Amino acid sequence: MAQVELQGITKSFGATRVLKDVNLSIEDGEFLTLVGPSGCGKTTLIRIIAGLEQQTSGSIRIDGASIDHLRPHERRIAMVFQSYALYPHMTAYGNMALPLTMARLHLYERIPLLRLLSPRRRSVMKQIDAEVQAVANQLKIGPLLQRRPAQLSGGQRQRVALGRAMVRDPAAFLMDEPLSNLDAELRVHMRTELAELHQRIGATFIYVTHDQVEAMSMSDRIAMMDGGQVAQLGTPSELYERPASIRVAQFIGSPAINILPGQVGPDGAVELLGRKLPISTRLPPGSAVSIGIRPEAIRVTGGGDPAAEVSLHAHLRRRELLGPEQILHFHLDRLESATVIVRLAGAQAPVAVDGAAELGFDPGACHVFDAEGNRVEVSRAESRAVPPQAALVQVGRAG
Amino acid sequence: MSAPVRRFVTLFLVHAALLVGAAFILLPFVWMLATSIKPPEELFTAQLQILPDRFYGVENYRFALENAPLLRFALNGVIVCGGILVVQLLTSIPCAYALAKLRFPGRNLLMTLVLLGLCIPVQVPALPIYIGLAYTGLLNTYFSMMLPFFLSVFAIFLFRQFFRSFPDDIIHAARLDGMSEFEIVWRIVTPSAWPAIAAFSVFSIVAHWNDLYWPLIVISDIELATPPLGMLFFANAESGTNYGALMAAATILTAPLVIAFLFARRRFIQGITMTGVK
Repeated sequence: MAQVELQGITKSFGATRVLKDVNLSIEDGEFLTLVGPSGCGKTTLIRIIAGLEQQTSGSIRIDGASIDHLRPHERRIAMVFQSYALYPHMTAYGNMALPLTMARLHLYERIPLLRLLSPRRRSVMKQIDAEVQAVANQLKIGPLLQRRPAQLSGGQRQRVALGRAMVRDPAAFLMDEPLSNLDAELRVHMRTELAELHQRIGATFIYVTHDQVEAMSMSDRIAMMDGGQVAQLGTPSELYERPASIRVAQFIGSPAINILPGQVGPDGAVELLGRKLPISTRLPPGSAVSIGIRPEAIRVTGGGDPAAEVSLHAHLRRRELLGPEQILHFHLDRLESATVIVRLAGAQAPVAVDGAAELGFDPGACHVFDAEGNRVEVSRAESRAVPPQAALVQVGRAG
Repeated sequence: MSAPVRRFVTLFLVHAALLVGAAFILLPFVWMLATSIKPPEELFTAQLQILPDRFYGVENYRFALENAPLLRFALNGVIVCGGILVVQLLTSIPCAYALAKLRFPGRNLLMTLVLLGLCIPVQVPALPIYIGLAYTGLLNTYFSMMLPFFLSVFAIFLFRQFFRSFPDDIIHAARLDGMSEFEIVWRIVTPSAWPAIAAFSVFSIVAHWNDLYWPLIVISDIELATPPLGMLFFANAESGTNYGALMAAATILTAPLVIAFLFARRRFIQGITMTGVK
């Protein structure tokens, strides 16, 4: 059980700066996910926490005490690797018992023959055996303990690797993309199991993934990393509903958010494809902005949509049916290069492929980003056309 | 030509070429075996004949075994080769691990020096080592035969190539589990390196079992002679022109190597292919 604090962590490999001033505070028992595209520095960061890499500057504290000077095994931290990193010539049991024998037996007690001289070795090994069995039963791998990693399936190896981390009873678990080598079905299953495991043992989890679905579904909080920095830190719904930058907005959510070009009109109102939206910003008139709309925030109608304040003319190009929902790809009539993706519930096609449609959306559901890609707060423009229920959405909270 | 016929012809040509090559390489051995079972009068007949008219093997082998301490030579060979191999493994495996997996300043320079070491033939340091051994009174000992070969740059190079493909994550996991670097080398990395160790062992044993040059320099006591040196003594002193017996002795002294290779063959080939050497 531990609170982990990162203060001003930087890391450079030669002239390349991989991490630039990362500050994070992870609460005791929290499930924090580091998510981001590959090369964003998330794996380097987790390795620094584990002590496998040395940070260039900055400090790591566990429960307020600095661990910078400690070697990896002295940090009360266990790590699960993407490749599982099981010792190939040892059985599952040997893999799980190893961290305990390393911690509890002296060097001479681990050397063949010489270890026979130790009077206490037998009782220590008995204790270790009991602990390994207990963890193995928790993970339901009891019958597999005598097998070697090569004789185990991916999911079983994953459990042994988890078991090896759990027997140490660490203050914090570090997980470096532990599910990415599993097939899709097993990944979904292990996701649930990991989340349950976290609830059961209540330890601090720091989880690295490039898969935003994993991040969204398991975490208490997500730290989205980009270019060696924390781009946004917040709960999954905060990241989804109020992305701090266009990069976060594009990374979180599947299918990805639709980004359309816009600009700020002379009166401060945001204009999309030359059409004025009833939202305004404090950006100077004429500034270019990007407008993000989530695929599920768009309604599709064949003709006019009286409920929607804004609608765009489009043609349906492609339709993917996913069972309970469908993904529609539209081309806008005003901007041929832009594809707008819409997610609709139900299996009924609203329009035929190549058919014309109106894409209606609530301006309150628009995310506006400036030219640098940072989120811009918008306020509802004074307009008599605003239906009261639409005005409640999101913009009201923006303050 | 239809496809199966063409395939057959290709296979036939390939195998014919391989057979010719194999015959070329094996011929000296076959000749040695044939000579070792021929009576003296058949050795220098004009016609080429592999099998003798009169089987004389028993006499040749008995003469060789009775007149030369062949088992003594073989035992010396085992002691020298074994001693060299053990020390080579003990020194080169940690060294190769450090060069392959640890990051420290000067690593590339050290690796370059190792590669340069590969270029220096044993004859170059022979004189200084000989003088050193003579001054310390160590000539005519097993130690003097092994000393120049304790550090093998070839082994360092071969194991480094092998260790480079060892997953870093497993080493990281071992560090997190509290293992020291030496324990990682011997308990985690070495058990996975058996193919490379087997391959190197074959190289090392063959080279030192067959080495005549260095034992000839430091050994004058026939009791300490390794197989090739023993053969030399035997050829000079005992057998004279009894080539049948000489070849019988050669067969006896080559046999352990051939048998050892047959046992290690699979791992040897695996090791060579995995390390990308040769």
